[in-house]
Amino acid sequence: MKFAVIVFPGSNCDRDMYHAVKDVLKEEADLVWYQSANLEDYEAILLPGGFSYGDYLRSGAVAATSDIMQQIKAHVSKGKPVLGVCNGFQILLEAGLLPGAMQRNKNLAFMCHQEPLVVENNETLFTSLYEQGEIVRFPIAHGEGNYFCDEETLEKLKANKQIVFTYRNNPNGSVADIAGIRNEEGNVLGMMPHPERAVEALLGSADGVKLFQSVVKNWRESYVANT
Amino acid sequence: MLQTHDIHPEQIERDKLYQEMGLSDKEYDLVKDILKRRPNFTETGIFSVMWSEHCSYKTSKPLLKKFPVKGPHVIQGPGEGAGIIDIGDNQAVVFKIESHNHPSAVEPYQGAATGVGGIIRDVFSMGARPIAIMNSLRFGNLTTDRVKYLFTEVVNGIAGYGNCVGVPTVGGEVQFDESYEGNPLVNAMCVGLINHDEIQKGIAAGIGNTVLYAGAPTGRDGIHGATFASDDLGEDAAKDRPAVQVGDPFMEKLLIEACLEVIHSDALVGMQDMGAAGLTSSASEMASKAGTGMEMDLDNVPQREQHMNAYEMMLSESQERMLMVVKKGREQEIIDVFEKYGLQAVAVGQVIEEKVFRIKQHGEVMADIPVDALADEAPVYHMPSEEADYYKDFQNSGTPEVVVEDHAGMLKQLLQQPTIASKEWVYDQYDSMVQTNTVVTPGSDSAVVRIKGTNKALAITTDCNSRYIYLDPEVGGKIAVAEAARNIVCSGARPLGLTDGLNFGNPTNPQTFWQMEKSVDGMSEACTALRTPVISGNVSLYNQSQGKSIFPTPIVGMVGLHESLEHITPSHFQSAGDAIYVIGETAPEFGGSELQNVVHGKYEGIAPEIDLEVEAKRQQQILQAIQAGLVESAHDVSEGGLSVGFAESVFNGAGLGVDATFSGDATAILFSETQSRFIISVKEDKKAQFEKTVEDATQVGIVTEDATFRIQINGAQVIEEKTEELHQLWKGAIPCLLKSKA
Repeated sequence: MKFAVIVFPGSNCDRDMYHAVKDVLKEEADLVWYQSANLEDYEAILLPGGFSYGDYLRSGAVAATSDIMQQIKAHVSKGKPVLGVCNGFQILLEAGLLPGAMQRNKNLAFMCHQEPLVVENNETLFTSLYEQGEIVRFPIAHGEGNYFCDEETLEKLKANKQIVFTYRNNPNGSVADIAGIRNEEGNVLGMMPHPERAVEALLGSADGVKLFQSVVKNWRESYVANT
Repeated sequence: MLQTHDIHPEQIERDKLYQEMGLSDKEYDLVKDILKRRPNFTETGIFSVMWSEHCSYKTSKPLLKKFPVKGPHVIQGPGEGAGIIDIGDNQAVVFKIESHNHPSAVEPYQGAATGVGGIIRDVFSMGARPIAIMNSLRFGNLTTDRVKYLFTEVVNGIAGYGNCVGVPTVGGEVQFDESYEGNPLVNAMCVGLINHDEIQKGIAAGIGNTVLYAGAPTGRDGIHGATFASDDLGEDAAKDRPAVQVGDPFMEKLLIEACLEVIHSDALVGMQDMGAAGLTSSASEMASKAGTGMEMDLDNVPQREQHMNAYEMMLSESQERMLMVVKKGREQEIIDVFEKYGLQAVAVGQVIEEKVFRIKQHGEVMADIPVDALADEAPVYHMPSEEADYYKDFQNSGTPEVVVEDHAGMLKQLLQQPTIASKEWVYDQYDSMVQTNTVVTPGSDSAVVRIKGTNKALAITTDCNSRYIYLDPEVGGKIAVAEAARNIVCSGARPLGLTDGLNFGNPTNPQTFWQMEKSVDGMSEACTALRTPVISGNVSLYNQSQGKSIFPTPIVGMVGLHESLEHITPSHFQSAGDAIYVIGETAPEFGGSELQNVVHGKYEGIAPEIDLEVEAKRQQQILQAIQAGLVESAHDVSEGGLSVGFAESVFNGAGLGVDATFSGDATAILFSETQSRFIISVKEDKKAQFEKTVEDATQVGIVTEDATFRIQINGAQVIEEKTEELHQLWKGAIPCLLKSKA
């Protein structure tokens, strides 16, 4: 399976994402500079964490307006998977590919440590290898990860089973403990915690491996089914 | 501060305007001798920054020469942007520490942020990818609003810059003592990784080659920052806020990627960052190192503000700027790379044969100075040295007795001292994991960062107990190096070398200079004994405010190598039933101890002794035991003594306890800070082999599963506390102090 890791000016988890997919999952991956991109050939798009454009405006707001977003939207409309992590999630929110917005963490400070998460929905193409309700440990590293949406949106997220991960001990004040959500169609996942930082036991957790494996497995099955 | 360049050379001399810029009468006369005329305003400014302590090391040079700087694995010692040590497989590790004390005292957020930015540039300007940041911080006691503000904002600044730029802040240390009240210390260390064939040097070689300026445009910020850093902090220090630079980590991130891309081009001849003294120092140092000269036209330098004169442009310390020398005719290849990242790279001059530094603006020559005069011929001062009065008194009177009645209560009190308490409040704000290499995260003796694609890892630590150095600079200097090496060894790595961040008071005070001299002597001796050469460093003097000097604080940043990932050893106890060993005897040594601080409220008497031969032997044997797979956990004994060391070994939420038995004086056993001691846990079946490997090991107890902390002395249960209760006291102390009203 071929992954594109999109590199915006200021992305800083791009190489980590690339390492996870290429060296740990042993799948094909390219670091794709935001200007030079032709995304036609890629089966999945990964939007990595970092501080795109310094996040001097709202986090992710500038990257969300860049030309490459048109191609990413086209990719989404074809039903291909897109995963946005941390700043990547913020970009997806700003681009309107996922509902809601981010606020500063409730303690107004950046925070970085491992957090236990609950797999709220294992019937997604990103989580099918997890058990429903499974507790996984992923690192978080963000200053603006306090997810917010209005009541109506929250009801919709719940009704459509769009809440994929929640925090067990909500560290940042997110509405309904939300750590990660998907779109209605199910092919776009945005999450603040970093699965790409949780792919080697040496670094404290390998719980993220199954997330990437789920994407690959589901793609292989649908690919085999289609051809 | 002077801002105009319309002032005549005669007036500069007559009104002694050079003094305002930091030049002495004698130095001004020397400048006249070198130029064979009076310097103009811009030239006077250039000499004053290049000859400032910060750039020229004019008073510390004779001391720095004492450090052992050579070793079979040292590729680059002091003198370049950062030092380099070979770690095999065509790879090398690049590192350096740097201070940003004065800026952080007046504008803590930007002062700390730009300190981080500057040290990262030192490392990637060598061609290395920055892989880790550490920092070593000192503040006054956390009891006043001002200190709380400085502490909070310095941490914010480090986080704000480091997190954005994508280099993990993997650890460091923070200590609190009254002597830093008006003059906090902010030292940042950066570690980079490089392939041998990619090492860059800051040289301006090849007559006719082009000088390229890249990165952020030049503004009026940070003018005379180096001079500001080379003077006492006055009561009106806040007026010097314009001398503090403003950081842009996004720009730095782009600059890192662009620079690490252009190093692969053979069009690049040399590269150096514009740090202290900005354009002036980078240009003149590059030319001086290559034995060439440089001509520069300021009209081509990208500018952020209008109508900047030559003086302002040459002295500006605007951040995120690089100077490169590129082969003539191949400029566009380099410019294209920078443009990809949205950065400017502009030709601003050329390398010339005549060894002068010539600056033009609006078609006029604004400065014309022999290159070596700036970089190499700064005056060197051998300052008078005089044994400190207090030292004589301490040596005569010895260490007053410290009486402790309630040992369990004292342990609780010690665990809540901010110097000992958990620094989680600090490091949780740092992205310690980006780049996915951090094996041991902040909070251990050393941070450990693996090297992708190999079976190796690097251990990194910063350390300096300035209380011992204050009591006895020579002994304290030895301890600083030994303790850093202890941290590295406990993590399972072999110490490779160190970078020194020397922070002292005003060197014109003979007793302060004596502190510098003696601590450098002590450090040098320990470096030789422990085979850790000094490969880079930084000197920050004049750290005093309102006439009061800081404790002498020569910070040691050390890097070690794990030959195998298997050797990485945690500092916490791992499982119930493991035997607990203490390596080394305990003597009643309380001079400079945390206990003395708590009980007597001051530091006095005799510093703990250290025998470097014993130290080296123990470190070697412990490393041998770790490499043989005999050790479950290893932790060094430092502030607070054995009781605090034991407690720290169970503070990882694993629900373990300690059951240890001793005989002797309870206060000494629990709280003495005798040097060269370690706490090590070993599996039952490895005990015999461990005892054979580590001579001075004595089993004192076992790790228990009942989450209780028990210490028995002379048959009596002196301490029996729930591990978790102690853990919470330790963990909550700093957040609690920050919340409490001053």
